[in-house]
Amino acid sequence: MTTKNRPLSPHLQVYRWQITMVMSILHRATGIALALGSLVLVYWLASLASGPAAYADAQALLGSNLARVLLGCVSFAFFYHLSNGVRHLVWDTGRGFEISQLYRSGYLAVAASIVLTAGFWLLVL
Amino acid sequence: MAEFRLPPNSRITKGKLFQAPEGAKNVRRFVVYRYDPDSGENPRVDTYELDMDQCGPMVLDALIKIKNEVDATLTFRRSCREGICGSCAMNIDGTNTLACTKASSDVSEDVKIYPLPHMPVVKDLVPDLTQFYAQYASIKPWLQSSTPPPPDRERLQTKEDQARIDEPSACILCACCSTSCPSYWWNSDRYLGPAALLQAYRWIVDSRDDATGERLDALEDPFRLYRCHTIMNCTRTCPKGLNPARAIAEVKKMLLERKVSL
Repeated sequence: MTTKNRPLSPHLQVYRWQITMVMSILHRATGIALALGSLVLVYWLASLASGPAAYADAQALLGSNLARVLLGCVSFAFFYHLSNGVRHLVWDTGRGFEISQLYRSGYLAVAASIVLTAGFWLLVL
Repeated sequence: MAEFRLPPNSRITKGKLFQAPEGAKNVRRFVVYRYDPDSGENPRVDTYELDMDQCGPMVLDALIKIKNEVDATLTFRRSCREGICGSCAMNIDGTNTLACTKASSDVSEDVKIYPLPHMPVVKDLVPDLTQFYAQYASIKPWLQSSTPPPPDRERLQTKEDQARIDEPSACILCACCSTSCPSYWWNSDRYLGPAALLQAYRWIVDSRDDATGERLDALEDPFRLYRCHTIMNCTRTCPKGLNPARAIAEVKKMLLERKVSL
């Protein structure tokens, strides 16, 4: 019998999604979103350095409705990554590993990131 | 690297339906992954309808009933039927567990049964665990002492020292945790996985072991230990209720403390 041709058993296709796993992949996804979002920040700062005309262009572009929605997403990504990052810091001290604690800290991090995002935009707008 | 799709030879096709016997009143469907290495065909899922009035309560009872009465070609590992040997570990209803301790009634819809995820399949529900066992061997799961044992008795421990290894010693190496871990799915060639790391921890904290430093050295590696991203699937799925994620966090802590105190 050949061992090379053995099929690979299904993984993502069959594994049940659970909140712990979803929050972990979201942490990575928001990290990527923040890296992309930092490019926008660089663009804005570069326009600031390039003089009033360029800055006015950038302000108009970033003030459009589509850009506001995207900035809203980036700010949520920031607060989610921050809240879940605090969770990771607590884990690094060896605490919070009971399943009940995992759920509590998970829901708390999601709630905190929503509240912080909403609060941030209330302040800005 | 992360490869999200199954390779072409692993994609699952539709299989056969084995209907319930005439007059069965309490029918449930068991949807089971099948792979026959001799046929050269892709894996498939077969559906078996069983009369639950004539079947034991656990998923393993249903598998044994299928093998005995419906389809003798169905292949799976089993031995103790009481959750201590770890042979019948498989993916049931989306999470990894032991078929002998998982009640069919705990599953609300059709009972879907697959082999442990992201493993090479030997046949049906039997995965190839060679690499998993090699990883376990690589953490040197035996006592390493620089002193001979006392001539007249065993090496003694305090109750507190024994308590530290009680939980990790209860691991039955069923591979449920490692094969539930996405990090292990994508990096099993270099990441040791929760089961092997829980055992590494078990020997690191053993008061009778003198190789703690070497054991920590062996884990200080970006892949072997640090591919753990605290996804927590391991602890969620462990059929023995153990906590490999916490053990891994403790090892990370020990590595850090060692660096800071130098």
